[in-house]
Amino acid sequence: MKILVCISHVPDTTSKINFSNGDSEFDTNGVQYVINPNDEFGLTRAIWFQEQQGATVTVVNVGGPDTEPTLRKALAIGANEAIRVNANPTDGFFVAKQLAEVIKNGGYDLVIAGKESLDYNGGMVPGMIAGILGSNFLNSCTSVTVDGNNVKAVREIDGGKETVSTTLPLIIGGQKGLVEEKDLRIPNMRGIMTARTKALTILEPVDAPVNTKAVKFEKPAPKSAVKLVSADNLDELINLLHNEAKVI
Amino acid sequence: MSILIYAESAEGKFKKVAFELASYAKKVAESLGTTVTALTVNISDVSELGKYGVDKVLKVNNDKLAGFTAKAYADVIKQAAEKEGTKVVLLSSTTDSIYLSSLVAVALNAGFASNVVGLPLSTSPFQVKRNAFSNKAFNITQIDTDVKVLGLAKNSYGIFESAGAAAAEDFNPSIGDNDFGVKVESVEKVTGKVSIADADIVVSGGRGLKGPENWGLVENLAEVLGAATACSKPVSDLGWRPHSEHVGQTGKPVATNLYIAIGISGAIQHIAGINSSKVKVVINNDPEAPFFKVADYGIVGDAFEIVPQLTEKLKAFKAQHS
Repeated sequence: MKILVCISHVPDTTSKINFSNGDSEFDTNGVQYVINPNDEFGLTRAIWFQEQQGATVTVVNVGGPDTEPTLRKALAIGANEAIRVNANPTDGFFVAKQLAEVIKNGGYDLVIAGKESLDYNGGMVPGMIAGILGSNFLNSCTSVTVDGNNVKAVREIDGGKETVSTTLPLIIGGQKGLVEEKDLRIPNMRGIMTARTKALTILEPVDAPVNTKAVKFEKPAPKSAVKLVSADNLDELINLLHNEAKVI
Repeated sequence: MSILIYAESAEGKFKKVAFELASYAKKVAESLGTTVTALTVNISDVSELGKYGVDKVLKVNNDKLAGFTAKAYADVIKQAAEKEGTKVVLLSSTTDSIYLSSLVAVALNAGFASNVVGLPLSTSPFQVKRNAFSNKAFNITQIDTDVKVLGLAKNSYGIFESAGAAAAEDFNPSIGDNDFGVKVESVEKVTGKVSIADADIVVSGGRGLKGPENWGLVENLAEVLGAATACSKPVSDLGWRPHSEHVGQTGKPVATNLYIAIGISGAIQHIAGINSSKVKVVINNDPEAPFFKVADYGIVGDAFEIVPQLTEKLKAFKAQHS
């Protein structure tokens, strides 16, 4: 089985979010980048398939040379090889189009992408890949097992979960549950050393239309300070929630 | 030309998000000088949609669509959009609608903006504001395609009634077998409890509650308020509560009217997941807990004393106001 894991290179959650150039660009100054958490759950599950079922795992990212440390980290965790599509990831469709091309040419059986990235929160790339390729697609996936060509998987739904059966080739929008937090791996020294010698192929992008563009960013208005209510005066809290906030 | 919405339903009834989406569509339609068409699947009485601004309903009745299948539903929405000559398709942000929306966008060659908050800032060029960076910023997105798909963030617009009636007509799209490559084998739903996705109020507990045996505090308060229960990540990692209750960045997102955090310090990952809730209340014995920085109302004190008292007082309040 050939697995492709799509990796977004995103600011760490604790990063300060600022914008530059007249609020038209994300300010990368002092920002730490990580593998998008939803993608990391998928990557770790893919490594499980590699170790238990002999799958090969390729990681891919659409981005500039500055994203390579994130791909190297994925190699250090255990991916066999990496691909970087050398382009600025302008919008979800552009990225999906690039990834669809990689999948078509690479003949991947299972594609795992995070259901959403932490930066733009678009949540559209896995579905768009499936739409472009016409493949089977499962979003919000919390569990996946593969037996030959047959797949059993679980999808989170509002208020519960559903179990589905499908076949490869399959595109998954993954999330926590594919593996648990405790299963995530921190690269060890051996992993980091071997990652340096693994192949990182750079591909040039294919043409794709510009459907949407991010024209500006805004930060939310500063929040007013919390109103503290004394623990001896809970009636006041109920009064505030009823008359001021109007939520009860 | 009419705007198309997919009015989501469950067990034969419209979900609340369908009314919010209709209310939103009505306003967008006014600014574009057009009308609102809603697509419904396997619902017999659709008259309710008229109250929220829908002018016309395309009713699909088909046994093949009895269970939700993203590809088939996306295909039906695409055919409805083409039939109506729609330029703007509006979808909500439930798990199901998020699942199908990117398929719809690709099928219609449409530019897609998800997580949209508020009405379009302009219609020419077409610009919308959307949540980004885990609610730490907004991103203004311009859609340049002829057909546009918007995903409206949950609980971001509100439900507004308008006088009107919807004309219903049957719609029979063609549904091919290749729409069913993913088959649902079984569905497990928690019954008799408000789900986090549908709740107007969520009561959430953290490690400050000291152990799973104390969850009665959270559950009792939630029951009085008709709220869903949730928990922080450490609580689900420790196995005190099921993972399905974990809210935060890697758990479920919460966008309710009222979020009550009990014994939750407010780690940045937790806040990222709940920050689009409208009103946030924190109860914590540590006045330095970061949650106080993002909350609207706070009580510093012992949850084990405060929560039972608050529950009793709310019970009395509810009895008086019902």
